[in-house]
Amino acid sequence: MTLDRPAAIAATGLRKAYGEQTVLDGIDLTVAEGTVFSLLGPNGAGKTTTVQILSTLIQADGGSISVAGHDLAADADGVRGAIGVTGQFSAVDNLLTGEENLLLMADLHHLDRHEGRRRTAELLERFDLTDAAAKAPSMYSGGMRRKLDLAMTLMGDPKVIFLDEPTTGLDPRTRRTMWEAIRELVAGGVTIFLTTQYLEEADELADRIALLDHGKIVAEGTSDELKRLIPGGHLRLQFDDPAELDQAARTFAGSTRDDAALALQIPSDGDVHSLRAVLDHLDVASIEVASLTVHTPDLDDVFLALTGRPAEAAEEAAGETAEKETVR
Amino acid sequence: MSTLALAARDSRTMLRRNMRRWVRYPAMTVQLIGIPVIFLLMFAYVFGETLGAGLGGPSGDRADYINYLVPGIILMTVSASVQGTAISVAMDMHEGIIARFRTMAISRGAVLTGHVIGSFLQTLVGLVIVTGVAFLIGFRTNGNVAEWIAAIGLICLFSIALTWLAVAMGLKAKSVETASNLPTLLVLLPFLGSGFVPTDSLPAGMSWFAEYQPFSPVIETVRGLLLGTEIGTNAVLALAWTAAIGLFGYVWALRLFRRPPVR
Repeated sequence: MTLDRPAAIAATGLRKAYGEQTVLDGIDLTVAEGTVFSLLGPNGAGKTTTVQILSTLIQADGGSISVAGHDLAADADGVRGAIGVTGQFSAVDNLLTGEENLLLMADLHHLDRHEGRRRTAELLERFDLTDAAAKAPSMYSGGMRRKLDLAMTLMGDPKVIFLDEPTTGLDPRTRRTMWEAIRELVAGGVTIFLTTQYLEEADELADRIALLDHGKIVAEGTSDELKRLIPGGHLRLQFDDPAELDQAARTFAGSTRDDAALALQIPSDGDVHSLRAVLDHLDVASIEVASLTVHTPDLDDVFLALTGRPAEAAEEAAGETAEKETVR
Repeated sequence: MSTLALAARDSRTMLRRNMRRWVRYPAMTVQLIGIPVIFLLMFAYVFGETLGAGLGGPSGDRADYINYLVPGIILMTVSASVQGTAISVAMDMHEGIIARFRTMAISRGAVLTGHVIGSFLQTLVGLVIVTGVAFLIGFRTNGNVAEWIAAIGLICLFSIALTWLAVAMGLKAKSVETASNLPTLLVLLPFLGSGFVPTDSLPAGMSWFAEYQPFSPVIETVRGLLLGTEIGTNAVLALAWTAAIGLFGYVWALRLFRRPPVR
């Protein structure tokens, strides 16, 4: 669905090293216009460095980059005119009020006085900040600061928006609000480059996901494509009677039994075809099954399989997204 | 709009932002203007009698010393003020908003120009207050209008030069807490020069340093213009130092500003 659109961001062979330490080791990225691309990885993978390079903050050591149709090396100002950046550390002026912060952005985007005031009021309204407009951001909650930050980014009507861990440290409710705002932007045709350490966030928002680890992209694709990359999908049959379990274990070669739980795991990629085959076998052998669940691997599994260790985010978010099960 | 007009517009926007920040955070301004006023009053009334006698002037009293003291205090006002510049630049660099400015299509130098002009205006306010206090406690000048204009001109140029240096120091600082360390030297320099006592009254080694360090020729030139003492080569030296400091500070600041952000 996205492949035939022109690229909003195209980077090849991106390299960056600080002294001896290689941060980005030749990464390639293509982000189609009007889509959400998520760069997913643990702390220190190189996500922020990538955003800093693509948003003209720092220079890459090597590689060619084009953002919103402008070559970054030749026309950095062209790039700057088309992008907006919101980082995990809020870039607001703490001594100005929320409204003054937005008006400052309007001035820097060279909007005339009237237009600047109009856009400011509109953005305050949109992000539910009208009541807090006259207060300094130091009085704001973390979520309000992040919303003001995003509102400031939107003042210039950017075509491409970089969101560097936009929801890190936010409570789940505010995170949902940010997600809604991001979806609205995409609906309006904006291209989003999102970095996150939350697997769930990438899963929710991104059209395409790239997994970054130690400065290299270890996998790229849609959420489903990535999940298919790894084994781990299985059907789990639950029984009431040990005898039924015995019989089922004999019927399905390659299955693993869990006597304590009276359950049997059958490897499966979860498609309807193999599911029907299993059900047919159960029918023929007249085995009574209490319940059946389909387990598809989630991005956690993908990360673990591709990097050999769990994503740090997975530990952080433990309990929030335990295991994804689809009961059919 | 032309590039130059855009740069001017962005600089004005940044200046407005800085002025607003001064208003919101007046404690620093008050402190920076308070320091030279306190030193003026302390040296005039606590040490003035003795130091006046040591000068060997016409009457050799406190009134003589106040006249001698004021040009040094004026320069101290400038260096105290640019200390504030370094702190506010460092605050900016660590607040993340500079990173936002860098990703926007605005004039590159506008952020720094805004700081320099804002600080300069603040220094002017400080100078007016300090000079006013000086007149109140008995500072008397025999300079004519042309000499006053020349003195004000030199002080302004020297302020702008020091402000650029302070901007660079603020950019160089690893944290807001350490931003005032380097500029503190600037506040001390009037002491290690001809600001409070004549340089030939200092110990041999220090006297040589005091004679040639940048503040002394500026102080001596201002003193000559306002009080009629001999200026000699000091005017040329003062202008040379001003140009050198200004150029060095400007180039250093721009270099540091182009550097990748702290985080």
